[in-house]
Amino acid sequence: MTSSPPATPVVEGWFTDGAEPALIAARCTACGDLVFPPTAAAACRNPRCAGEEHEAVALSRRGRVWSCTDAQYQPPAPYVAPQTEGEPWRPFALAAVELPEGLVVLGQVADGFGVGDLRVDSEVELVVEVLHVDESGPRTTYRWKPVAS
Amino acid sequence: MSGVSGRSGVVVAGVGMHPWGKWGRSFVEYGVHAARRALADAGVAWADVDLVVGGETVRNGYAGYVAGSTFAQALGWNGARVATSYAACATGAQAIDTARARILAGLSDVALVVGADTTPKGFLKPNAGERWDDPDWLRFRVLGMTNPMYFALYARRRMDLYGATSEDFAAVKVKNARHGLANDNARYRKEVSVEDVLASAVVSDPLHLLDICATSDGAAAVVLVSDACAARLGLADPVRVAAVSTVTPTYPQAVIDMPLLATDSTAAVAAGERTFKESIGAAAYEEAGIGPEDVDVAEVYDLSTALELDWMEDLGLCARGEAESLLRAGETTIGGRIPVNPSGGLACFGEAVPAQAIAQVCELAWQLRGQATGRQVEGARVGVTANQGLFGHGSSVVLVR
Repeated sequence: MTSSPPATPVVEGWFTDGAEPALIAARCTACGDLVFPPTAAAACRNPRCAGEEHEAVALSRRGRVWSCTDAQYQPPAPYVAPQTEGEPWRPFALAAVELPEGLVVLGQVADGFGVGDLRVDSEVELVVEVLHVDESGPRTTYRWKPVAS
Repeated sequence: MSGVSGRSGVVVAGVGMHPWGKWGRSFVEYGVHAARRALADAGVAWADVDLVVGGETVRNGYAGYVAGSTFAQALGWNGARVATSYAACATGAQAIDTARARILAGLSDVALVVGADTTPKGFLKPNAGERWDDPDWLRFRVLGMTNPMYFALYARRRMDLYGATSEDFAAVKVKNARHGLANDNARYRKEVSVEDVLASAVVSDPLHLLDICATSDGAAAVVLVSDACAARLGLADPVRVAAVSTVTPTYPQAVIDMPLLATDSTAAVAAGERTFKESIGAAAYEEAGIGPEDVDVAEVYDLSTALELDWMEDLGLCARGEAESLLRAGETTIGGRIPVNPSGGLACFGEAVPAQAIAQVCELAWQLRGQATGRQVEGARVGVTANQGLFGHGSSVVLVR
């Protein structure tokens, strides 16, 4: 990203950037339960755990598709469309991805890929791309990219 | 069903609806219409109702937030106790459960439960404002994730796991469209062909526009009474509420659920025996003392065509992965082994959120009384509804006669 102003994550603290980006989960220090998106809540989600402290941990960068779909119509606000005004709507794909840690995370599919590139159980890897540009500059998000088999 | 009827203690004395449509009028008008129908059906005077429970609507201002008292005032203050419930799509079941609980506790005798809505056009979307801690806001902002996209995830999974086809999904619409033809309260009363569905625009792959239910205006109401009151009204062999399931999920909830961005993890605790949706019906069956094999008719929440197939399995009406076989064999059509959505379902109604779970109960009441003209499931004595409200609201009602 060479443009100015610099790119910033659409939500702070959900994923790391760089060559090997990863999702950040909150892990209960008592029972090991993992929560994504990471929560500021004090109580552990495990009903049999009294833990009140969480630490940030990186999740596996690769997972398997639980299912996938796409948006062939532009979603309503607060969605912010990536295209400039007057440009036609370009559908994007979305995948629910099962990570080895035992949770399924929804994410858009990387630019240039559609549902035809995915099926249940195919492998994907986390990447970080620009979601849209707003008044503060480009806003980045995590996405799932098919792994060439 | 021997052994079931007679012990519930709560009788469905009357049911009524305002036809679904896109009428553009006040939800209060619809609600009052449905309430009066239900009261007349029960032979109960409004002045004798001692509890009003309203299903909240979140799209109609303050009057919608306090729907119970809004309806009570519109019908003319009669001093009744009041409650208002909100549980998203499961609102109606929760309202019914509230009324049932007070009747069973001996605190109320005659309860009126009303749900009504006026809905905007297009995708349902979150309320205005920036809410970075609200999953329902974040899913749109960060993912562009609409309701139909969740439905499409489940549909795609059926295709890849069980070999479901777009034609199967379309066949659900064809069946429900036919079921709803004679239903005066349905919004869409027109035959639809598989070709019509497949020719409609793809909204979210693999779902076409005609696979997805619309949003509608409408209202439904039920009058629930105690056994003693039913006897006073002279109701012989009435329809009874045998169970109301309003269960929440059990951690870890391992199936992705609207409007969340991720499931619970199974890192600390392994996933349980039942998914959340399976637990909704299981709790209802257990409470009613029946099993899925006892069910004669089901009204399930077909927000999409494919979701109807999921619900059939979640309710145990068939084994996992076998819903398409039943559908193809005509077993879920009226006249088949286990008719599903004889009302026409959401395919013919469109969704009026706080009214919908009550409408399911209205349909089952008509079915069990043998009054579902033009869509009667012959000899039906046990019916089940299924539905789920976002943010973890189960909804299943068992009616018996």
